[in-house]
Amino acid sequence: MHQAQTNTDIIKKPLPIIYRWLGDKIFLTVVFILGLSIIFLAFSMAWVLYSEGRLAINEFGVIGFLKGSVWDPGVRMVFGALPFIFGTFITSVVALAIAFLPAIAIAVVIAEYAPKWIGNIIENFVHLIAAIPSVVVGIWGIFVFAPWMRETVYMPIFTFTANNYPSLLPVLGNPMGYGMTTATIILALMIIPFTTALTRDAISQVPKEQREAAWALGATKWEVIRMAVLPYARGGILAGAMLSFGRAIGETMAVAMLIGNKNTFPFSILGPAATMPSVIINEFREAVGNLHLSSLMAIGLALFVISLIVNLIAAYITRKLSITGGQVV
Amino acid sequence: MFVNSNFKKKKTKLSENGTSQQQSMNMKEKGLYGSSMIRIETKNLYVKYGTTIGVNNVSVPIYNGNVTALVGPSGCGKTTFLRALNRMHDLSRDAVVTGKVLLDDLNIYDPKVNPVSIRRKIGMVFQKPTPFPTMSIFDNVVAGLKLVGIKDKKFLNEVCEKALIQAALFDEVKDRLNNPGGSLSGGQQQRLSIARALAIEPEVLLMDEPTSSLDPKSTLKIEDLMVELKKNYSIVIVTHNLAQAGRISDYSIFMYLGDMIEFGKTKDMFQNPKDKRTEEYLTGKFG
Repeated sequence: MHQAQTNTDIIKKPLPIIYRWLGDKIFLTVVFILGLSIIFLAFSMAWVLYSEGRLAINEFGVIGFLKGSVWDPGVRMVFGALPFIFGTFITSVVALAIAFLPAIAIAVVIAEYAPKWIGNIIENFVHLIAAIPSVVVGIWGIFVFAPWMRETVYMPIFTFTANNYPSLLPVLGNPMGYGMTTATIILALMIIPFTTALTRDAISQVPKEQREAAWALGATKWEVIRMAVLPYARGGILAGAMLSFGRAIGETMAVAMLIGNKNTFPFSILGPAATMPSVIINEFREAVGNLHLSSLMAIGLALFVISLIVNLIAAYITRKLSITGGQVV
Repeated sequence: MFVNSNFKKKKTKLSENGTSQQQSMNMKEKGLYGSSMIRIETKNLYVKYGTTIGVNNVSVPIYNGNVTALVGPSGCGKTTFLRALNRMHDLSRDAVVTGKVLLDDLNIYDPKVNPVSIRRKIGMVFQKPTPFPTMSIFDNVVAGLKLVGIKDKKFLNEVCEKALIQAALFDEVKDRLNNPGGSLSGGQQQRLSIARALAIEPEVLLMDEPTSSLDPKSTLKIEDLMVELKKNYSIVIVTHNLAQAGRISDYSIFMYLGDMIEFGKTKDMFQNPKDKRTEEYLTGKFG
């Protein structure tokens, strides 16, 4: 009886009104400010890029700047972003195309085939690769990968082409090892972990019932994966691919170290090229005059907008294709 | 216990009769279903999860052309038993099945037997409707046929229509076969799952509480369907709903804590349970 009374006392004892009222308000305010600050941050970044790049935009016009294929800070002081937009586009798309299937394959091995402990090891290595700073990947690329590619892949191809189809040589380009192909392959290696991680998560969220339904129809293991698992996980897989694509567009250091940095058309398959991030990182310190710096800022703005668009498309596709909640019951 | 031994006698009698299997095969070829031949028979079937015993030494026949209901309180091993009949336990790493399951005299747990081919002969419908959400209604129905590489559009159309008619769904979806399977209502989805299982023409249909997530109207439809289907298939159904078991099943198996307590004709068992536990369960004293 005594106990019960004490409990009732504790339950009934009111908190100070000021604490409850004020606590709620303070919490709301803090959360609200932090939540809104991200919007402010994004807008202020975009504004800085715009205001700094305005000089170039006024000089060449938006379309003129995006369409301009000459980047000449030395003599003519003419700046056009097309070579970099093109370089970014090609390297990212091809890198994604190279990385997509291996990334899904790795995820399928981890989630479906490998014994748990081996799967865990593979998964940790995938995360490890994602965690390697891109400058380290770049160093490895410069000293190991690019020379190796030059000796074992590019040179034979180059010799073969030179002997048989010499007219194709300008398209093939200079096989010095540092160029668009090398950068693209490295980029592909760097984005695999992102697709893999999201695919793996998506696969593990496929309901057991879906798999069993496929099993019960007499599907073999790989048919279950093809019929029930991957289609169900497609939203997550595409989200992973889009995340990877975004990474590829923005990847700076490794690409700048390996792409050879040639600022003007024509680009060739093996020869040097440049991307939007790579030209910014290479030139902002040595920018010749305000117009040059402003042009780099304008490229930054273009990169910002393109990334934004890719993200929006990604969100749209993911939402459209995701299977939420599974079945109607 | 005595029911078990009783039953064993019956079983030996049947297997002594060497021609019964032969007959059943012949009848199958002639398409004469509906006789009381044994289609599936389990012998000393155990299913263990680690040290937990899910199914404890169950030997029981499943008769051709009949509905056999598995009843019993939650956790008694009904579903575990059912899943042992088409080797679904192969898929979980910790379940161990011992004993025999004979499908027309062939032990499906024989190492030489391919579980995939067994699952094509013994179809399964689950508790939750499981249409493949990215596939159209049509693709859902013919999914099992596409697996074995059948591409003939005309043939697929025919099979699809037949299966949907069998599953009493055709009239409701015939104008929108290309809509996604997930666009149907719950009851329709379950009949779609049944149509999908029927499309590959299995010999036995296992149903794991197929109506537990459905409204009464859909439940009724599926019950009618089962009565219709048993002309051509042997059906084993797990159900929590005793009234349902009474309505549609010809034979019943009562399980309790992994043991098979009683097996017999549903009428006999429901009116005259031999075991006290069966009686208590049927009269609602536990479960």
